[in-house]
Amino acid sequence: MKTIDLHTPIPEHDLQQLKAGDFITISGTIYTARDKAHKKIAELVAQQKPLPIDFTNAVIYYAGPSPAPPGMPIGAIGPTTSYRMDAYTEAMLSLGVRMFIGKGSRSSEVKKLLVNYNAVYCSSFGGAAAYLNQCVVDAQIVAFEEFGPEAMYKLTVEKFPVIVINDMYGGDLYA
Amino acid sequence: MRTISHEELYTAISNLVVQANFNLPDHVYQALSTMHSSEKKPLAKETLHILLQNATIAATKHIPLCQDCGSVIVFLQIGTGVTIDGNPEEIINTAVADTYRSHYLRPSIVKDPLFDRTNTGTNTPVFIHTDIVEGDSLAITVYIKGGGSENMSSLRMFTPTADIEQIIGYIVATVKQAGPNPCPPLFLGIGIGGTADVAMLNAKKAVLQKEPHPNEEYRRLEEVILQRCNTTGVGPLGFGGNNTVATVRIKEAPTHIATLPVALNLNCHSLRYRSTIL
Repeated sequence: MKTIDLHTPIPEHDLQQLKAGDFITISGTIYTARDKAHKKIAELVAQQKPLPIDFTNAVIYYAGPSPAPPGMPIGAIGPTTSYRMDAYTEAMLSLGVRMFIGKGSRSSEVKKLLVNYNAVYCSSFGGAAAYLNQCVVDAQIVAFEEFGPEAMYKLTVEKFPVIVINDMYGGDLYA
Repeated sequence: MRTISHEELYTAISNLVVQANFNLPDHVYQALSTMHSSEKKPLAKETLHILLQNATIAATKHIPLCQDCGSVIVFLQIGTGVTIDGNPEEIINTAVADTYRSHYLRPSIVKDPLFDRTNTGTNTPVFIHTDIVEGDSLAITVYIKGGGSENMSSLRMFTPTADIEQIIGYIVATVKQAGPNPCPPLFLGIGIGGTADVAMLNAKKAVLQKEPHPNEEYRRLEEVILQRCNTTGVGPLGFGGNNTVATVRIKEAPTHIATLPVALNLNCHSLRYRSTIL
């Protein structure tokens, strides 16, 4: 299939050209965050406390990897279902996140927010967690280590494959 | 009375946990492969290709098939002529905890659903279901169920006079509404009859039945549901196409004159389970 190869930080014009249904690969830095990390970040924002990373132009990957076996940077690392993060999406967008990667559909509210904030939602390949492991070059915990698999990881990825589900123009692959 | 030792049970559980998490059963791989061959839509075809590669990488590089190493569900069929040397629940939980740790499988169980969602760190407790059967052997199945697809489970209590079309409609609508969330192509287990809890448990057991239903009426119903689900356009991982459901399996039970429960167990494409007999 025709793929578009992107590198982080993803330049504005590259984000703008993305359309629902595009097959893209991402190389560079992405951050994992799932249920507990989102809740915690929302609390930190509410309490005006310092945040673990700079979210400006960040790519957030909804994932909770399995532990790294010896000799590997990470274990299995497929996406988790995204709708559970819907309630926190506006907070993340207002912090500067421009791309979310997960799996499954988003609420109509989130779809509107993506248009308002010029951001993009992509799906990776649910259940292809061993396959996706092969795209991760490095993994470091950057926050919330106490959450175990729900800690926030900084991942260095090479040609990490995703499909654009919701582009910044309201396009929706699942519609 | 035959006795199964603590070690035998521990080793069997440990081996099943490893096999289930790293090696997709042959018939599941075959089902994905058949769908890959027949799929016309490029993105759906590529998705199925990636899922097949995933199974190969998991097995050869010893990386779990899915990062969600699931809730561990164990089905025991204990023969009346067999005893277990020790507390089976304790042995099974210890074997699962040890094996999850030593094979770098993700622990995903929290202590309390509401007031203390702290990860137990061991992926225990295991959810164990026991049947007492004739004979002097112990049949064990370890079934790994991910949270994303479990969240799409459904139960509806129909009135006994409901017609089959209503039931089919409910099932197809549930699959369609779940869309990409449970990671299709799905292995769909349906429990019909019994009480609400029995129907739900039968939906879990049904999905593990390799063969279609032995009764012709139920077998035809499985086929109709499969065909209807595959016209929803959901497709592999919700990316569109004709392969939304891989197999449909029904397990029925006698029920009350006033009831007709229908329970749905939507299993993702990564149907992970293994069985053995001691």
